[in-house]
Amino acid sequence: MLRLTIREVSLAFREGRILPSELCQKCLDRIKKTRYLNAYITVTEEQAVAQAAAADERFRRGTPKGPLDGIPFAVKDNFCTENTETTCASKMLKGYRPPFSATVVQKLLDQGAVLLGKTNLDEFAMGSGSTDGAFGPVRNPWSYSTPYRDRSGLDPDSDWAITGGSSGGSAAAVASLSSFLALGSDTGGSTRNPAALCGVVGLKPTYGLVSRHGLIPLVNSMDVPGIMTRSVHDAATVLGVLQGQDAKDSTTIRPPMENFHLPDDIDVSKLRIGIPKEYHAPGLSQEILSQWSRVADILERAGARVEAVSLPHTQHSIVCYHVLCAAEVASNMARFDGLQYGHRSAEDSSTDALYAATRHEGFNGVVRGRILPGNYFLLKRSYQRYFLKAQQVRRLIAQDFAQVFSAGVDLLLTPTTLSHAPSHAHFIQEDNRTRSAQEDVFTQPVNMAGLPSPLCPLSLPALRSALPIGLQLIGAALQDRKLLAVAGWLERQVAFPRIQLPWDTEEEEEDGGGLVERGQRVL
Amino acid sequence: MSFVEDILTSAQSLTGRRWTHGKPLSEDENVHNSKVPQTPTWEPVSENQLPPPTRVPLDLVDKLERLALVDFRNQEAVTRLEKAIRFADQLHVVNTEGVEPMESVLEDRALHLRDDRVEEGDCAEQLLQLSKKTAEEYFVAPPGNIPLPERGERATMLKDSKNWTEETV
Repeated sequence: MLRLTIREVSLAFREGRILPSELCQKCLDRIKKTRYLNAYITVTEEQAVAQAAAADERFRRGTPKGPLDGIPFAVKDNFCTENTETTCASKMLKGYRPPFSATVVQKLLDQGAVLLGKTNLDEFAMGSGSTDGAFGPVRNPWSYSTPYRDRSGLDPDSDWAITGGSSGGSAAAVASLSSFLALGSDTGGSTRNPAALCGVVGLKPTYGLVSRHGLIPLVNSMDVPGIMTRSVHDAATVLGVLQGQDAKDSTTIRPPMENFHLPDDIDVSKLRIGIPKEYHAPGLSQEILSQWSRVADILERAGARVEAVSLPHTQHSIVCYHVLCAAEVASNMARFDGLQYGHRSAEDSSTDALYAATRHEGFNGVVRGRILPGNYFLLKRSYQRYFLKAQQVRRLIAQDFAQVFSAGVDLLLTPTTLSHAPSHAHFIQEDNRTRSAQEDVFTQPVNMAGLPSPLCPLSLPALRSALPIGLQLIGAALQDRKLLAVAGWLERQVAFPRIQLPWDTEEEEEDGGGLVERGQRVL
Repeated sequence: MSFVEDILTSAQSLTGRRWTHGKPLSEDENVHNSKVPQTPTWEPVSENQLPPPTRVPLDLVDKLERLALVDFRNQEAVTRLEKAIRFADQLHVVNTEGVEPMESVLEDRALHLRDDRVEEGDCAEQLLQLSKKTAEEYFVAPPGNIPLPERGERATMLKDSKNWTEETV
């Protein structure tokens, strides 16, 4: 039953075939069994069991709350959860128990969803590997699949594929089937990147559509909560629940429509699909290139008008992102001083000494390595030269997208990453900044412009690495629903499989095995 | 056989083939969609397009440490800052004359403002509980208005706190 989608589980709950508490227990067991992935920082077992029991009762009485009632979910550990430790994978917030829940978390709880735990990440979400957090790296579940082990020759105990990041714990949780839904955050690609490398659906909504209240900020003008699920339909259901204006986040906007139900089939022949030529960047792997081409073919064969387009400033986007991100990080991280919450140093010779010592002890090298340039870019002498310059380039990037969409292109189809997940040993040969510059090259332009972008994993057997990859769609602001409809159509064409871990076969037999993978096919 | 097993068997049969670095072509790779460019369409900005590199002198290191309340720790961190500035220098190849800086993607929208009315609060106790050190209704800070020690002594101060980190965290 762990292999079902949210839609299927919800139906099974309604028909009394599965109880929420039964499913919750299976998820908790799965979390224990997959602990080696290091996907979770905190598991909220007791709370989950109580919430699931309450959901049981609602289904028994025939009064479920909605499509997410009883659905187990996980939350990236940079969203505040009331009375549950929220660390941002940093010593700075170890032991911090927020007195409130983020709006998105509260909305899920109000719908009866069952919180399983908090997932691992790069410290303060700064990274693209989920390798730089205080609780150690997250391992990509696909590292343990037989085809990957055979092909890479790697023994997963000594080296493994990374999950991507920074929401790597959330992606690993959904991919390894311990959670049906996970929240990530997406500032420069932190939801789409690990979703692609772990083979799950990842949605970065339009900026402002989903509240950021309670998401510990990285770059306020780009952060959005991200949604990770195993099917596009599920992502749409969750977006329907999470979207909406929030009095606690003045940057939220009114959603274009309340009902997020996706059509079961759509006609793609009316669509104009743009292939931005700049997304063939230096270093793009042959594998991703051929899959990009293959999906363009699939759309073309279905009658869509696929055309080459240009976003001329794409190349400069990552540089612009680097400056704006560092500047906002420098300002956002100023709140961590040891006085009101979080880690406090024992140094007490002066207030400034306490601040400096607290921050010295609390932040890792990556965080300090962004705060310092951020402060540099904001110095009077460099403000115009770097910060304002980056904001000007940002406008050019946003205009590139706006021009393409106003010329009638409905959506863009692009790669998400340059290649499939690298091995951990390979990834850590370069520093965090270099890796982020490589890994975020296709994802952060979308954040610059605040656009929606769902990501669709591609069929694994077609890939010679035996690791997942994904392609992203990009549309104009507030076109989230249209993009999801197309992503859903693509999902049906490419049929991505669920993971099979070495010990899964016996478990499925216990399960009866019959509930798996309906309606999917391999091309 | 379940569907998943079916997929995996086909994946495994792929692995059964000899796998070399010579990249066997799957049938997909023989046909290339003409709209997808076959080769990279741009090249990284080259060093000779950039202005002269910025060096970060010691007095600037000191200033940044005081502003950021984060220490560089070592020369490597200074080099890292210089690299970060160098990376940012690539912005200068872009012509931005007459372009208005963009602060927010919501700049053209009227954002919702709630009424200026207290809707929650009265939670002082709850918030004070999060602090490691309080007295009555106050957060307690060490003496203020004392500038950070000079760089040399700062290192000693933080060296102690590093030990603390290793032992306790």
